[in-house]
Amino acid sequence: MSAVSVLFRRELRLALRQSADSVMVIAFFVIAVVLFPFGVGPEPNMLARIGPGVIWVCALLAAMLSMERMFLGDYEDGSLELLVLSPVALELVVCIKVAVHWLTTGVPLICAAPLLFVMMNVPEEIWPVLLWSLLLGTPVLSLIGSVGAALILGARRGGVLLSLLVLPLVIPVLIFAAGAGDAVLFGDGAKANLMLLGGILLGSLALTPWATAQAIREAVA
Amino acid sequence: MAEFSGQDIDCIRGERRVLSGTGFSLQSGHALILRGANGAGKSTLLRLMAGLMRPHGGRISWDGTDIADDPAEHNRRIVYVGHADAVKPALSVIENASFWAELAAGSGMTASEALDVLGISHLAELPARYLSAGQRRRVSLCRALTSGAQLWLLDEPSTALDADTTEALRKTIEGHLASGGMTAISTHADMGLAAAATLTLGPASGVAA
Repeated sequence: MSAVSVLFRRELRLALRQSADSVMVIAFFVIAVVLFPFGVGPEPNMLARIGPGVIWVCALLAAMLSMERMFLGDYEDGSLELLVLSPVALELVVCIKVAVHWLTTGVPLICAAPLLFVMMNVPEEIWPVLLWSLLLGTPVLSLIGSVGAALILGARRGGVLLSLLVLPLVIPVLIFAAGAGDAVLFGDGAKANLMLLGGILLGSLALTPWATAQAIREAVA
Repeated sequence: MAEFSGQDIDCIRGERRVLSGTGFSLQSGHALILRGANGAGKSTLLRLMAGLMRPHGGRISWDGTDIADDPAEHNRRIVYVGHADAVKPALSVIENASFWAELAAGSGMTASEALDVLGISHLAELPARYLSAGQRRRVSLCRALTSGAQLWLLDEPSTALDADTTEALRKTIEGHLASGGMTAISTHADMGLAAAATLTLGPASGVAA
């Protein structure tokens, strides 16, 4: 069996055995969105107007919660330095970890989103576009988050530092993703927004594994 | 007949010179025992040998080629068992052991054979969170047995092990050396290995042959 599938199955198994982490991310996502009608008032048009943006910001913050753990457990128990010494290229190890992170946090976020569309009175005609934006945007969060998660290894108060590092970098994702819904409502079509999101995804897929791998090498040295 | 050697190794950690002009040489079938007081640089030298860190001066080479030239090739030759156990509490003992065995895909023992040698085969299905310190150490040592690597880098392997397991470990290391392997071990206890040279690290690091 190839080393890649061995590593992938181990990561997935660990994530599923510790599935409370994923459940908490989703619970945070739902609760954070639910707070908005209480804060801004339950006026349906207002909720529909702010809905896509609110859902995206909350998805972003929810994803941040789980990012810190991406490498921290392996760093603390010594597995990370052994993975650096393993026959699998470290960049590939990073890709596998990011993929599992997305499968266990990004995908559940996408699954929970329709419930929140209903709650925020998001117009039905922009549901598909928003789901597409989540599908293209959440892997970017995992990829950019992996760089931050590797850079904070060994730092005190890493979680706060991680937010400071990663949140400014994902602003473009937020702009194009939340804007995709508006684009449909204003009759422009969301194609441009989604293609830009796709571009960001491909760009970060090409660049971040190298940055993350280098940060890990520095951390274990 | 492979040769693993280092010359004039300098290493600085946290603005403190840990190793200065240290050298060693290790041939197939031989063991190198690293000794020295706490903080003398034993673990640092093992990490340098593993390629986890680069020396600030000097070179470490395998058959004359600097190990930094081809890290991937060096990774295939070595197995490193450090202070950290790398044992996942959420996985069972056999899952922990076979993950590293399958990842290394080497020609060593199977994971269950290694558990048997180290006397923890009866714990195979137990989640690793219930293990004692010595049992975790044994799971960690399984990696050396299953790796099939030529060079074993063991950082205080007998810590927390009982007398019987230490003896089993010694025999396993002897077997590894007899089959042409080599090992570098940092230890405070006497492992009683034949074919072992000792390198004492300290303020004046010597050169071991």
